[in-house]
Amino acid sequence: MGATDKAAANTLIGKRIPKKDAPEKASGKTRYIHDINLPGQLHAKILRSAHVHAKIRSIDTSAARALAGVHAVITAADVPWQRPIGVAKDHLPLKRDLVRSPRDEIAAVAAESEAIAEAALALIRVDYEPLPILASAEDAMKPGAPLLHGEDLVVPDADGKPEVAHKASLDNTAMTFTYDQGNCVKGEAESDAVVEDVFRLHYVTHCCLGVSGVIAEFDASENLILYSNTQVPFLHKREFADLLGMDPGRIRIIQPPIGGGFGSKLDIYPFEPIAIYLATVTRRPVKLVFTREEEFIASPTRQPVLLKMRSGCTKDGTLTFRRVETVHDNGAYTSWGATTPFVMMQTISSLYRVPNCDYRTRAVYSNNPYAGSFRGYGNLQATFAVEAHMDRLAEAIGMDPLAFRLKNAQDPGEVTPQGMHFNSCGFKDCLKVAAERSEYQRKQQDNRARWNDGSAVKRGVGMASMLHVGGGAKIYPSDGCGTILKMDDFAHVTLLTGASEIGQGSETVLAQLVCEELGLPLSAVSVVNNDTDITPWDVGVHASRTTFIAGNSALGAARKAKDKILATAAGKFGQAAEELDLRDGYVVEKNSGKKLTELGKLIRSLHFSDKAELVMTTFYYEPPSKHQDREFRGDVSAAYAWATQVAEVEVDTQTGIVRLVKVTGAHDVGRVLNRLGIEGQIEGGVVMGQGYALTENLMVENGVVRNPNFRDYKLVTAPEIPEIDISFIETMDGEGPQGAKGVGEAPAICVAAAVGNAIYNATGVRITALPFTPENVYRALHSNAQPPTWIAAA
Amino acid sequence: MSASVEIEFKLNGVGTRANVPARMSALEMLRDLFGLTGTKYGCGEGECGACTIIVDGLSVNSCLMFAADCHGREVMTIEGLASDARADILKKSFVTHGAVQCGFCTPGFVMQAHHVLSRNPHPDAEHIRRGIEGNLCRCTGYKKIVEAIAEAGTAPT
Repeated sequence: MGATDKAAANTLIGKRIPKKDAPEKASGKTRYIHDINLPGQLHAKILRSAHVHAKIRSIDTSAARALAGVHAVITAADVPWQRPIGVAKDHLPLKRDLVRSPRDEIAAVAAESEAIAEAALALIRVDYEPLPILASAEDAMKPGAPLLHGEDLVVPDADGKPEVAHKASLDNTAMTFTYDQGNCVKGEAESDAVVEDVFRLHYVTHCCLGVSGVIAEFDASENLILYSNTQVPFLHKREFADLLGMDPGRIRIIQPPIGGGFGSKLDIYPFEPIAIYLATVTRRPVKLVFTREEEFIASPTRQPVLLKMRSGCTKDGTLTFRRVETVHDNGAYTSWGATTPFVMMQTISSLYRVPNCDYRTRAVYSNNPYAGSFRGYGNLQATFAVEAHMDRLAEAIGMDPLAFRLKNAQDPGEVTPQGMHFNSCGFKDCLKVAAERSEYQRKQQDNRARWNDGSAVKRGVGMASMLHVGGGAKIYPSDGCGTILKMDDFAHVTLLTGASEIGQGSETVLAQLVCEELGLPLSAVSVVNNDTDITPWDVGVHASRTTFIAGNSALGAARKAKDKILATAAGKFGQAAEELDLRDGYVVEKNSGKKLTELGKLIRSLHFSDKAELVMTTFYYEPPSKHQDREFRGDVSAAYAWATQVAEVEVDTQTGIVRLVKVTGAHDVGRVLNRLGIEGQIEGGVVMGQGYALTENLMVENGVVRNPNFRDYKLVTAPEIPEIDISFIETMDGEGPQGAKGVGEAPAICVAAAVGNAIYNATGVRITALPFTPENVYRALHSNAQPPTWIAAA
Repeated sequence: MSASVEIEFKLNGVGTRANVPARMSALEMLRDLFGLTGTKYGCGEGECGACTIIVDGLSVNSCLMFAADCHGREVMTIEGLASDARADILKKSFVTHGAVQCGFCTPGFVMQAHHVLSRNPHPDAEHIRRGIEGNLCRCTGYKKIVEAIAEAGTAPT
């Protein structure tokens, strides 16, 4: 075995590396926000609206204030300096004179205990004047519908003068997007087959096992310390500063370990400023933690979508055009859900080559819950429709659905009309590998042959693929991440990274990349990633970006440290730095592997010598991606991830029960860094996608969440999981850290689309509305269901 | 003032006394009176298993049990597993199999798995999946949890 082979055998890349934080977590020693209690801390609770839509005539808090153990009761009147929050800045944390949703925050209490705070809530009297309810986007779009944000939202500016923070919306429209490429009229004229459907995608929610919570505290110098579950600490530091009229330098955000994120913690939600207001008023640390019921009612959802799609192709199987219109129920206020079209349009325009495409979308205010970002960010919805039409078009021209996809799939080197550059692209390999490993083509034909064989339980196989950002997403002025790397006099590395850990394993993969570079065991690295006073800037954990962006940042810092160490060693041993390397905690000769000195010893000689130098490096990585222009064109990500998943289902036509038997996935991940971690991301994503397809449904009726608990909101449980077969397509992305691309969101995206196609393959019935619950499937199979219809007024 | 109750029980092997409000749950008692925060609140109504403890050898959702009902019983929490060799194998198996992501559900899963293995030291995958169906995990998709428990079951003690 040569030295190079030996180095390859010793590599950490691609190995199964247990998470660094797992022993603490498995022992119950990890302290989440729920487990932290500060001396002198008060407990806060929020009073929410008793009505879906109402004017607030008056609020009487006198009895609550008088209760023993109550330190503060606040309403909007007590914080007249409130500033609006959310993506559109269209609401105040504590509502003033109008409530538009049962989740709306009217008052808040800080008390000695949660029990006292709850008792105080019960003593608050609110006089409401109920208003008509806009129970859907369709209701809100009707001519003459009441306007939910029909007046300007006026708040005091920094000098106390009135300022319009949010302009009145005169038709309940919250946001619109329009994207065009080519000429769809021409594309349709050239088509031999054209299909059109309306798809309805439902409400689901994140269901993080750790409920939302925050602790706010002011120190004696009026600095704010926030213990927060946020996924974007540095963005929120700035936002809280704007919100509170504070110098951002006086806000410190500490992130205790987070009990699940999945995108739910990308926006500031009212409970966070409310806890800060209470801390301001009481001068005590204030802890506010949700109940599970509150978590269902007052945390974000996935964006529900009504989507009309019309697509065409020629006889030889070439896509000609795709036209999409969507209406997004925006709910009462605007959070990230309204912006999911950014991602939806990428799938619509660029998953497959489609020369002519247009996409129009409108988010409409209603009295429903409001959607945030949720793993996949609109892509589950778009992929559901696009992949249904890939099957329908293939069938319409009598072409094998795999061959049809391969004919239109993107290749490496492609630049799409939307401006995305696919430098590494394993899409066709994903299609082929997933199809081969699942025996897709044979099963697809066999299942169709059994449509009319009289059997009650049918078997189906369905395919879907996805494209998603895998090298960050340039949405903000910077998409970067900073790293500080320091090595102590025993060659122990502390890696200070801006990247947040939400359970996905970022601290492990970052440590792994650094250890690989510095020739150290994983035990030689500690990762600090949870305190804005300590860690360098990062845009946050979203868009599947952390391995790619923070990974490149950590690598950059490690390479600088290595250069410094090898330069020192070169001087000491009279050899060129290029001839030296770091392995197993030693400086070695690169070719012979001969150990020259123990690394710690070398560092000490640098540190405690007349040079008095530390090995401490910094690196800021900004990916080579571009902002989109006003027409939504631009290469927003430094790399793109691809995947194909094949779902196999059993459909009991007598009960409507669909059992997900197996998912065969092939994922272009660039390169596998931590095999254990990446398998965990994919398996978890597949099962989350299974829930979206089959079991989860946040039932919203007239603005009210009807099932705010785990008994009626059905998460997938262990006995229901499918067999999962995963193949990794390693395309070695040129920009990725060690070739890797992001994968966090990818596995959740295809499942519902693949299951929809599998149900069709089993039964010959195309269902275009989610979820595929037994009731919905039974109705569809037995012709009792109305397929979704398009909104006339739209 | 609501009534409170004097109770005496064994907590993780140590004789313990407590004065608990009649309506307090075992979960609140463990977390708030004893600072044993490894037992988690996930739903408060017995649907998620994050608060699983073992009482007289049976796995229990501590959110559904009154603290007062701990009187005279042996109560074991995740912290109490620290000195148990079999549990140590189980926890290590969760770590090496990647059965932990955000980790919030993990203590409840470890407790339930410990209970499953105490009843059947060598369960097959189907038995394990049934044994943990009362515990919810949003991160892992359960596959690695099942694998972790299966391997712990095959380990020599």
